[in-house]
Amino acid sequence: MNLTGELERVREEIEAAARNYGLDFFETRFEVLDYEQINEVASYGGFPSRYPHWRFGMEFESLRKGYTYGLQKIYEMVINNDPCYAYLLECNHLVDQKLVMAHVYAHCDFFKNNNWFSKTNRKMIDEMANHSARVRRYMEKHGEERVEAFIDACLSIENLIDHHAPFIRRRDADGRRSAAAEGDRVEVSKIRSKNYMDRYMNPAAALEEERKRLEEKRLERGRFPAEPERDVLLFLIENAPIEEWERDVLGMIREEAYYFAPQAQTKIMNEGWATYWHSKIMTEKIVTGAEVIDYADHHSGTLAVQPGQLNPYKLGVELYRDIEARWNRGKFGRDYDECEDLREKATWDLKLGLGRDKIFEVRRIYNDVNFIDTFLTAEFCERQKLFSYRWNEKKGRYEIEDRTGKKVKAQILSLLTNFGNPFIVVADANYRNRGELLLRHRHEGVDLRIDHARDTLKNIASLWRRPVFLETAVEGKGKLFSFDGKEHQETDSEESAA
Amino acid sequence: MVLRIERDHNRFKKIVHGQIKKELRKYVSKGELIGRQGKDLVSIPIPQIEIPQFRHGRRGSGGVGQGDGEAGDAIAVGEGGDAPGEHILEVDVTLEELANILGDALALPRIQPKGKRNIADAHDRYNSIRRVGPESLRRFKRTYREALKRQIISGTYDQVNPRIVPIREDRRYLSWKRVERPESAAVLIYMMDVSGSMGDEQKEIVRIESFWIDTWLSHQYRRLEKRYIVHDAIAREVDRETFFHTRESGGTKISSAYALASKMIDEEYPPSEWNIYPFHFTDGDNWGGGDTEACIDLLRASLLPRVNVFAYGQVKSMYGSGQFIRDLRDNFQSADNLLLSEIRSKDGIVDSIREFLGTGK
Repeated sequence: MNLTGELERVREEIEAAARNYGLDFFETRFEVLDYEQINEVASYGGFPSRYPHWRFGMEFESLRKGYTYGLQKIYEMVINNDPCYAYLLECNHLVDQKLVMAHVYAHCDFFKNNNWFSKTNRKMIDEMANHSARVRRYMEKHGEERVEAFIDACLSIENLIDHHAPFIRRRDADGRRSAAAEGDRVEVSKIRSKNYMDRYMNPAAALEEERKRLEEKRLERGRFPAEPERDVLLFLIENAPIEEWERDVLGMIREEAYYFAPQAQTKIMNEGWATYWHSKIMTEKIVTGAEVIDYADHHSGTLAVQPGQLNPYKLGVELYRDIEARWNRGKFGRDYDECEDLREKATWDLKLGLGRDKIFEVRRIYNDVNFIDTFLTAEFCERQKLFSYRWNEKKGRYEIEDRTGKKVKAQILSLLTNFGNPFIVVADANYRNRGELLLRHRHEGVDLRIDHARDTLKNIASLWRRPVFLETAVEGKGKLFSFDGKEHQETDSEESAA
Repeated sequence: MVLRIERDHNRFKKIVHGQIKKELRKYVSKGELIGRQGKDLVSIPIPQIEIPQFRHGRRGSGGVGQGDGEAGDAIAVGEGGDAPGEHILEVDVTLEELANILGDALALPRIQPKGKRNIADAHDRYNSIRRVGPESLRRFKRTYREALKRQIISGTYDQVNPRIVPIREDRRYLSWKRVERPESAAVLIYMMDVSGSMGDEQKEIVRIESFWIDTWLSHQYRRLEKRYIVHDAIAREVDRETFFHTRESGGTKISSAYALASKMIDEEYPPSEWNIYPFHFTDGDNWGGGDTEACIDLLRASLLPRVNVFAYGQVKSMYGSGQFIRDLRDNFQSADNLLLSEIRSKDGIVDSIREFLGTGK
């Protein structure tokens, strides 16, 4: 349903206000949905037409339950697309609709201008509908169960992508890997000797033999891939012995994973940005006297913090405000950093007024990782009462660990590293010279969930159709997990001890 | 409006049903579904079905929070996403679906009802032939035969050049008949020993088992009446609530209950029209003094000839001697509608249900 007269009038007003502040967005289309419809669209990740899959049904079940019991309610949903699509819940109050619209325009500005979104498909709504049509066709041809089971296996590895791939050309244009690793010559080690003794100590024939032996060994091992491949999905698309339709489905899953990746990469920034702007637009331009209490109530609801949880809205908006204040007063750079007088630092004000420009620059070039790394200061942590916590194995509970800025920052960064996913690479696709697949987990201090890892291995084996191995570490000891199509095995391995 | 999500939602429900079926024994023996029963929905908690992925575990993990507190203070961590198996999904299943799941899981046969009470519903079955109808229902073979017959009778059939040309009158079409399915009615007569030796645990077992029996039988019969009889030394009829919560002390005279059940059948449930299911639960203790003989007489003369099955479930208790089931075994070796089951613990409920309902009577 399109906007009714009043909402449309409000929308125009908010759009104008947003543009006046310098926000720059694609055309944004709002639709009003009732709660069943909004739950449906939300189950599909915001897209009205996705390929059929049971997990969307599961999502729907839990959203519907949550709504019926009054536990949760979807306020806003916005799709990164050109034009952007956003959904409003029919039964919300007008002041909520205003808040959501203001929030949405800032999201749209972020989608359009943040670099990490620059490579996303802006016609994703159409693309998703295409995916859906293709999957349906495959289901008709090959059977629903079979296609669904295959999609399950693909989804099992959808997080194994290379988040930086859209920005780095890791390969030559023709799709080949660079030959550097391929060409390393075999060096035969000689026994050290005086010059005149050399031909006795290292007879030419023996050297030749040794060279041949090494050469053979190298060929035999013939590393493939030449370098560890982080885009496991791509590797399987290109190399797994699967049927054409399966390759196509795997490709779709990968495309969607890359489409959604920047949203995970900029959660704090994006929500912070939208919160910053809805608050600004609402309080300075839109909210009426009668609405201000309701507005404040709902706004504070989105910013509420709980001890065991980091609220990205809150963290994000506070950081933008901190940056704005610092750049307005010139609290950055060498002079400021090297100043040791706390009183002087506290009252530091160069009256630069660069804050607004700075935050627009920040929203253009950063993602969550370097945003936190660059702008999270010790003073900020203290003011926001941030702390890091850790799982206490002995007591079986989470405990507050530290409040120093350094520790907090390190902890947030480690959570965001690889966007919360473990590093898994394809290390060898001809493992044990038997065409078996070796994956390697780069252990960063947190073990994998073993039960899930096993099931995932099983799913990968169903794609690779040969035994699959995973090298990881459990409790500090190197482990090699494998699945050969029938059973799981687990052996110790020295190589990957953390 | 049919939502697009319906299809995915149904698919998910199917998967859930499979899950419940696999875990049915657990759900049955824990009895946790009973408290979750609404009017015709049961809410079943199942672990969220997850697509496995390489994910970080909990060990060595941590995070960042916001608020007051000292180092070392415990904090509650909400949706961490990494805490294994903690996402519980509540799924609503209708009693009808639950009965189907039960039937599938235990391979219960459908019951062959006896008696015809009312006409339940009428539906069309395409099993007859007529001379008019839509072309899509035309039966080629029949039409051909008619044409052949006509040509032979009228003498236009040429053996050398057997060309059969059907005319309008030869055409035959598939047609339907209205089939009326008799509705059969059933009555469940629950009897339970509430004497001192039946403890809470025993009653819990009876409660769980009767829940599943109800579920299954109401799935089999459109119309199902339930009657409840408690007894110690004397028997009386009670409502469902009282049935499960009464506790008497004193001794046990099983014959009192059997006599009451028999009277109920005499007065209200003529066996020609009713499918009758008495279920009796005790710990197997009966007073001496010839009461067991009285029971056996009642069963033989009055109950067994008139009921579909008579189910006797003996719940193991600390106090009961468990003698009664042996007496029944000795006396009714050949009666095939007397079902005996010993329930040792909650884990035995599933097997007992199968013993009772697995005969298809």
